[in-house]
Amino acid sequence: MMELSRRQFLKLSGATAATLAVVELGFDPKKAQAESNEFKIAHSEVTPTICPYCSVGCGILVHVKDGDVVYTEGDPDHPINRGTLCPKGNGIRQLYTSEKRVERPKYRAPGSTEWEEVDWDWALGRIAENVKKTRDESFVVEEDGMTVNHTEAIANLGGAALENEEVYMIQKLMRGLGLTYIEHQARI
Amino acid sequence: MKHTDCALIIGGNPAANHPISMRHLQKARDERGAKLLSVDPRYTHTSSKSDLYAQLRSGTDIAFMGGLINYAIENGLYHEEYVKHYTNASFLVTDDYAFDEGIFSGYDEGDRSYDNSQWVFQTDDEGNILKDESLSDPRCVFQLLKKHFSRYDIDTVISITGTSKEDFIEVAETFCGTADPNKTGTIMYAMGTTQHTKGSQNVRSYAIIQLLLGNVGRPGGGVNAMRGECNVQGSTDFALLFHLMPGYLSAPNASENHRNLEAYKAAETPSGGYWENTPNFLVSLLKAYYGDKATSENDFGYDYFPKGRRNYSHISLFEAMFDGEIKGMFTWGQNPVVGGPNSRKEKKAMENLDWFVSIDLWETETAAFWTEQSGADPTNIDTEVFMLPACGPYEKEGTVSNSGRWMQYRYQAIEPKNDARSDAWIVHNLANRIKKLYEGENNPVAEPIQALSWDFGQGDYPEIDLIAREINGYDLKTGRTVESFAVLKDDGSTSCGNWIYSGFYPDAGPGEEKNLSKRRDDEDTGMDNYLNWSYAWPLNRRVLYNRASADPQGNPWASDKEAIWWDASQSSWVGHDVPDFGADVDPNSEGGTDAFIMRGYGKASLYSADGMTDGPFPEHYEPYESPISDNPFSKVDLNPAVKIWDGKMNDRGSVSEYPIVATNYRLTEHWQSGSMTRNQEWVSELMPYMFIEMSEELAEEKGISERDKVVVESARGSIEAYAMVTKRFKPFKVKGKKVHQIGMPWHYGYQGIATGEIANVLTPHIGDANTMIPEYKAFLCDVRRANS
Ligand code: SF4
Repeated sequence: MMELSRRQFLKLSGATAATLAVVELGFDPKKAQAESNEFKIAHSEVTPTICPYCSVGCGILVHVKDGDVVYTEGDPDHPINRGTLCPKGNGIRQLYTSEKRVERPKYRAPGSTEWEEVDWDWALGRIAENVKKTRDESFVVEEDGMTVNHTEAIANLGGAALENEEVYMIQKLMRGLGLTYIEHQARI
Repeated sequence: MKHTDCALIIGGNPAANHPISMRHLQKARDERGAKLLSVDPRYTHTSSKSDLYAQLRSGTDIAFMGGLINYAIENGLYHEEYVKHYTNASFLVTDDYAFDEGIFSGYDEGDRSYDNSQWVFQTDDEGNILKDESLSDPRCVFQLLKKHFSRYDIDTVISITGTSKEDFIEVAETFCGTADPNKTGTIMYAMGTTQHTKGSQNVRSYAIIQLLLGNVGRPGGGVNAMRGECNVQGSTDFALLFHLMPGYLSAPNASENHRNLEAYKAAETPSGGYWENTPNFLVSLLKAYYGDKATSENDFGYDYFPKGRRNYSHISLFEAMFDGEIKGMFTWGQNPVVGGPNSRKEKKAMENLDWFVSIDLWETETAAFWTEQSGADPTNIDTEVFMLPACGPYEKEGTVSNSGRWMQYRYQAIEPKNDARSDAWIVHNLANRIKKLYEGENNPVAEPIQALSWDFGQGDYPEIDLIAREINGYDLKTGRTVESFAVLKDDGSTSCGNWIYSGFYPDAGPGEEKNLSKRRDDEDTGMDNYLNWSYAWPLNRRVLYNRASADPQGNPWASDKEAIWWDASQSSWVGHDVPDFGADVDPNSEGGTDAFIMRGYGKASLYSADGMTDGPFPEHYEPYESPISDNPFSKVDLNPAVKIWDGKMNDRGSVSEYPIVATNYRLTEHWQSGSMTRNQEWVSELMPYMFIEMSEELAEEKGISERDKVVVESARGSIEAYAMVTKRFKPFKVKGKKVHQIGMPWHYGYQGIATGEIANVLTPHIGDANTMIPEYKAFLCDVRRANS
């Protein structure tokens, strides 16, 4: 099975990071590792971050040079991981370099078979109008003599990968609008 | 974890899913000879690193733990002094409480719910709880517990868990050995525990055994949830859940109890325990929400808060959407078409939306729910869909909270890629635009959103520092941030966005920066607490309820398990951690042994009088879809308090048609619904295909070979994937019958580089009685070779 041979390969080749560099660069592993260390990190700016995946909360250093993420590595000072990382944490450079990232806001009209690119101003304006329309049509101020001030016609899902400051803002806006359907990954 | 003598890992696979946590367990093994016990349906990566593996059929945790509880009591392997002083073992329960044939008193069959007023404690005329310190009264919690679990004898237990007797006894002996005050044991669990119709009671059963063994609040102890996402802790603390407000205050509902602020305070404020401060926390939260519009005249804007009238959890949400009740939806980095239970139904439900906004780094299966590639007919779907590119974690700044409640700062390393924006920017600009649309309107619908204060700077980007201050809270007179939640008031003079975080940004005037989550001093301040690295809520406490780490007199139970202790010369609690207790409360004074300060009466609950919807004690019931029809513990097969969803596209499978138990799990290489990882080349190459893992025995019975294409079918639908035949699954012997179990990852979908069919097509809409967390981890299916 694919999985087994790959794992053995990882074991044989030592550090996962080295192997990942091979996959990426596709030539002599040792040389590739040495060169990538030497060339990519030299004079880069280093910023500490926390792994975006599981909640162990490992520290990672992000090396940036010429507007690109050139290298990431475990934060050697971090008390939880002391420089080590698992394969997911090791690969976070590709969160930036991936070609698959959505580049610009996109819109799909009712019944349409495709996306069209739109600008932020138009997209946010249109979304805000939709929110207002749905909210105004569905809002209940009072029910059975009690003030309830809610709308059950809009739902908000997510997200457990966002930052505390962001989730604070999201829940504040959504509750402020009167939403009751507010959920995220913790439930599922 | 490094200080543990025994780790029982159940319903989780940290070696694969939380790999770095294993470093710390390995240290415990190397340095203290700690034992690792792995209890799981499958011989996992974690099992391979453990001292002992015990097999457990999916959905039988309570039977297994009930067996341990019984074993501990029968053999006197419990920490008696701890149990007497720190738990409610001595409390007397009224005669109304009863348990008969799987049903607790107070049950309403029509409603499938309990009236918990029959589960209360006996009190004297002044409302004080009556106790029997000798623990011998038949109505005391300890005796009721003993009686309840006496039914969980080893033979009955293993007849349904499928565990071998030898393995069960070895786990019981080893783990219950931590009842010795010199030792501690920890339980580590994850979604294998919670994703069941009795998931909450599974966790309760872990808590009960840990309390009996005296393992809570001590170094190397605890009941530890290994959380799956970097900030699932924080996003729960901040109440992205329908039933909560930030800091675990109950969300107001449309009942007389919550009619107005006064009623809410009366209903939600217990007498005793830290929740006595509920009014201070709530009014400060209202001030954070509504600023100047929150005044004593208008109940501080309490009425502006939405009041719900029912359960709005994930399954309910998609059921309502399926029925056409929901018109618009936002998803922030969430992908229910892959991750939601009964995902085909959830995807279908989305076709009823007028508009849908997906905020993500990638075009997920959910964002593409309307495309032909997804199997839909776009010309028949009238939903307006918006795909907003979010930026990655190091393209913005802010904090995330890990499983240990450490709030850690993530800095921005680089500008957002392409035209991406942070979620903070998106919500900020959306809020400003929506508020603008309501400007000048004068009607009761507009009023609540007009009243919402949105004060995060004048720039295009919101100022993270201002948000941090609002969360921490500040004094409205001086403008300085508060030092802790202890100074929050209910008179409108303080504002605080989330009281439990109060203190991470202490005593700072405007313009003065003091964000403790940025701290990076990696020196061990004792017992691996690293008190100067980042910040842990509440008040930088690293181990909750750490008063229990010391004996009733205030001395550590064991010299190498010190956390905090009473220093009589200073009349103060001192030690390696911040006391989770009144710092100057003498152990010999009143309340001096009330170690569980959040509980109304200061004691941990062996018996839960009011915390659970489905009984004061855990009881074994079978999963919604079970391979057996005769539960040996009672005549009741399914948790009697779960809600059954009998709508369309959610059929229940029976064992005659679907004889195989199935579960899903995660892989090291992928993450959640896979959108983050399946869009990256490296990890996609490491784990490129969807597969179905099965035992050699099952493969042989079905004529399946490794890498064959197989079809797995449940009552909800079917999927195709490659067979992976392993020794990690073994058939179970359940009540003398052979039962097979298979497993599969749930990471795959039709978008991205590594694609595969969606496992959750198979899972049902059914959830836990308390939390409505779906039962992903035990459902029935059948499997066959494709085209045969
Ligand atoms: S590096 Fe691995 S173990 Fe550490 S936080 Fe990230 S996903 Fe979890």
